[in-house]
Amino acid sequence: MTDLQDPQPGARARPVAQGGAPRPPRPTPTPTPARAPRGDLVGWLKDHLVLILGLLVLAYTFVPIAVVVLMSFNQPLSEQSKIYQFQGFTLDNWLNPCEDPSMCEALGRSIEIGLLATLVATVLGTLAAFAMVRHEFVGRSTSNLLIFLPMAAPEIVLGSSLLAMFVASGLAGQLGFWTILVAHIMFCLSFVVVTVRARLAGMDDNLEQAAMDLYATPAQTFWRITFPLVFPGILGAALLSFSLSFDDFIITNLNSGNTTTFPMYVYGVSRRTVPMQINVIGTVMIVVSIAIVVAGELNNRRRRVSL
Amino acid sequence: MAETTRRKGRVGYLLILPGGLWLLLFFAFPFYSLVATSLYDPSGSDFRGYEMSYAFGNYVDVIRDYWQPMLRSLLYGATATFFCLVLGYVLAYAIAFKSGRWKVLLLVLVIAPFFTSFLIRTLSWKLLLADDGFVVDTLQFVHILGADDRLLATPFAVVAGLTYNFLPFMVLPLFASLDKIDYRLIEASGDLYANPVRAFFKVTWPLSLPGVVSGTLLTFIPAVGDFINAEILGNTNTRMIGNVIQSLFTDANDYPAAGALSVILMLMILAMVIVYVRRAGTEELL
Repeated sequence: MTDLQDPQPGARARPVAQGGAPRPPRPTPTPTPARAPRGDLVGWLKDHLVLILGLLVLAYTFVPIAVVVLMSFNQPLSEQSKIYQFQGFTLDNWLNPCEDPSMCEALGRSIEIGLLATLVATVLGTLAAFAMVRHEFVGRSTSNLLIFLPMAAPEIVLGSSLLAMFVASGLAGQLGFWTILVAHIMFCLSFVVVTVRARLAGMDDNLEQAAMDLYATPAQTFWRITFPLVFPGILGAALLSFSLSFDDFIITNLNSGNTTTFPMYVYGVSRRTVPMQINVIGTVMIVVSIAIVVAGELNNRRRRVSL
Repeated sequence: MAETTRRKGRVGYLLILPGGLWLLLFFAFPFYSLVATSLYDPSGSDFRGYEMSYAFGNYVDVIRDYWQPMLRSLLYGATATFFCLVLGYVLAYAIAFKSGRWKVLLLVLVIAPFFTSFLIRTLSWKLLLADDGFVVDTLQFVHILGADDRLLATPFAVVAGLTYNFLPFMVLPLFASLDKIDYRLIEASGDLYANPVRAFFKVTWPLSLPGVVSGTLLTFIPAVGDFINAEILGNTNTRMIGNVIQSLFTDANDYPAAGALSVILMLMILAMVIVYVRRAGTEELL
């Protein structure tokens, strides 16, 4: 942290002025009540109290993650063992992630459902976001409510509603892959609309006007100007959709029949002996998502520099 | 920002139609189905079929039978939301005002732990809070916990799990709100001889209210409806409304009762959201 090297504990607002990128540079006539510089530990602690507390909270959020990573190197629990604890270091779990084939089957199914749900929800949601921001139509406020409510409803209500409908329409025996997919598309859709809409609403149409002035056809304008500008929003929405779908348990569990997704598999084994391979998957998930976020951020920076 | 003019005509309808229909068919219509199911005759079953008899008595029955888990859900949800607010505010404040050029990195770190599966995270807590685990042993050593006390399978574990799992839903809106505050306002209050505590309650807190409102809603709603934490970290005395609905649907096959409970949960949450948002005066959120 930069603050550690900060020689003047009195100038506590300084790092903010450096880092708060969107804020205009602060004129620095120093009218802040000059504090006596304190070299002692107590003074330093007092000045950095909030930051230290914040970092402690952050550390707390990583405690279970440390457990997941640690347990991914744990020796398998014996069949009888009801206690879930660390027994000894091994690489076996990483070398044989699919020791229980039903886990990998469930994982594959979750990825498949996640990708399909993301594809459909992203397309439908993006179209709807364009309609909401760019077009006037009868039923706008109803549509708005219809998009907002699924996000405000607890998952258990969404799940039981769908189940009630499937049962009432005689589909009780058909619960499985397709009913899960339908449900996932439904709850991802609202999040896509909201994300893409935010991106579209923050964009003015000057560039598009300019393209039209330069005799671009509407199709050219859309694909050359509008789409590339909205694309980061669409990509973000797609990633959000995938992670929502991949991680969903409550809605899926009610509408799955005999089909098992990865979260359902984990729920199932949590009542029996937990195979350590789930921690391998947990570790891979976090590494992959951090890599995606970091890659996105680096890409952003590079673009900002090249502009 | 130039206000984009909204075009009229057919295209708007064509764009909204597929997504709108999907939500009508798989969100609005199912909710209607749920209400209908909740009014079926309670004597129906999967095998004999259900009969619509406008049995409003179902509602009376489920309230009589399940008022405890209902109340418990609200209590656990509210407690977890409160702890999330305290922890989340500190974290969001530190990132917004004290993190300097590490802001983006810290934001990534806030969401990073939540990319592992919800269930795997909760299982980790089960391990951490286990009877012979590090946390319990330490607390017993310093005599905060007695030798026979435990953490797992107590309300504490359930609330701790809820607090942990829904923390990012609190931190992100709080950060968005705090990050918009002009830090010079807070400094100005210092110049005008407000002490830091007074400056916080007179300047920072009121300006961050929109984030507080949306953060508490985004935490409270899923926390009240959750049953995974209560299932994995709790015991039979910590059953929440979600556990009851889930088991009525999947184990007991009592669809009318489960439907009635779901409808009650939804109405309760809608009512609370409306009252809360009105009182907090941030209606533009909806």
